[in-house]
Amino acid sequence: MKRQLPLLLVFVSGIFLVIQYFVPAEISDRAYEFMLDWTVIIGIFALALGIWSLIRVSIEKIQRKTHDHNYTYISLAGLFAMIILGLNPWSAGLDDYTFSHLFRFVMIPIQSTMFSLLAFFIASAAYRAFRARTVVSAVLLVAALIMMLRVIPLGPLSVYINDTSNWLLLVPNLAAKRAIIIGVGLGMVATALKVVLGIERAYLGKD
Amino acid sequence: METAWLTLGALLTIFTFSFLYKDNVLYKIAEHLVVGISAGYFVVLLIKTNLWPIMSQRLFVKGDEGWALDQWWYFIPLILGMLMWTRFSKKWSWVSRYPLAFYIGIASGLTIPLELKNRVVEQISASILKFKFDFSATGFLMVPQGAWDTFVIIGVMCCLIYFFFSKEHKGWFGGSAKIGIYTLMIAFGASFGYTVMARISLFIQRIQYLRDWITAITS
Repeated sequence: MKRQLPLLLVFVSGIFLVIQYFVPAEISDRAYEFMLDWTVIIGIFALALGIWSLIRVSIEKIQRKTHDHNYTYISLAGLFAMIILGLNPWSAGLDDYTFSHLFRFVMIPIQSTMFSLLAFFIASAAYRAFRARTVVSAVLLVAALIMMLRVIPLGPLSVYINDTSNWLLLVPNLAAKRAIIIGVGLGMVATALKVVLGIERAYLGKD
Repeated sequence: METAWLTLGALLTIFTFSFLYKDNVLYKIAEHLVVGISAGYFVVLLIKTNLWPIMSQRLFVKGDEGWALDQWWYFIPLILGMLMWTRFSKKWSWVSRYPLAFYIGIASGLTIPLELKNRVVEQISASILKFKFDFSATGFLMVPQGAWDTFVIIGVMCCLIYFFFSKEHKGWFGGSAKIGIYTLMIAFGASFGYTVMARISLFIQRIQYLRDWITAITS
């Protein structure tokens, strides 16, 4: 009951969705939409678990007075401020003035600055990675340099760099990306089949 | 008022940049703030754009006499969703496996045909059927374009051979895998170059934001 029924549910719902894909009827499309809505609804309720986990970890930090626990108040304040501003009955939701401004002037600046910081760390990582000790790393280095010279803010330095970078993108890069996509696709299908057939059961956890 | 918001954004940008010196109080404030704000934002976003439309357009509909129950069967996923919360109880947490089983079953069932079509069949088709193999037109380095098209197919095959571990990479198989490694390395190099330049563009954009802020507060 605790393990067999969930396995049966996975099998039935999985096989149903596979068969549904090959049935060109209106009822099949409606069933597909309904099932998608199921995942959306269950996913949103699962999100509450994630939020609860964040709150619980934060409260534990505060109670234990761990190192840096004072910053947890800031996280909790941000979380509750956004939820209250976005979901209170008088709020305009995503268009609420304070809610949307917190998004534009707090979330976006911090996130994009964090991503821009990676420019510095990626440069130091590249220094270590690109010491061309082997032919393979030299190939990587040359390809990266050509691409960087192509997309510098001044524009491509020469027509040769432009042509070479176009070739890099349209021939070897295309071949590798396609192989990766095919590999990922086959891997995903194999994993999904293992889940539907009950071979992969890690999601059930331990009793 | 807008200048105040602009100032807040600029200060948080400076707080975040302060990490370049070392991990410090200002950076930690920005870091913890963005965790809370992002989590709250996505909660509101998902509820407003996903849950609420389903509740208000399918489960219930608003008519002349107010709200009325419409598609009652939407209560099933709602109840299943609520069962997820049994995870809070040690005794009843096993019940959460039912909604999880539905979720995983549906996601897996969707994955099998869609991934096969979109990632596998479409990519193979694009690699073989959609090339013109025109050997009269010249491409890069005056080499016929048809030769480069053939090179792409060989590259795809060699990369796939490199990913295949059920046979030892020796002989012609090993040689093909080696060509696959070089093809992959060129692609990774190109992606790396693009990523670095994208981050630098983002850095320039943040500096421009700070310049705009200084202009706004001084004018």
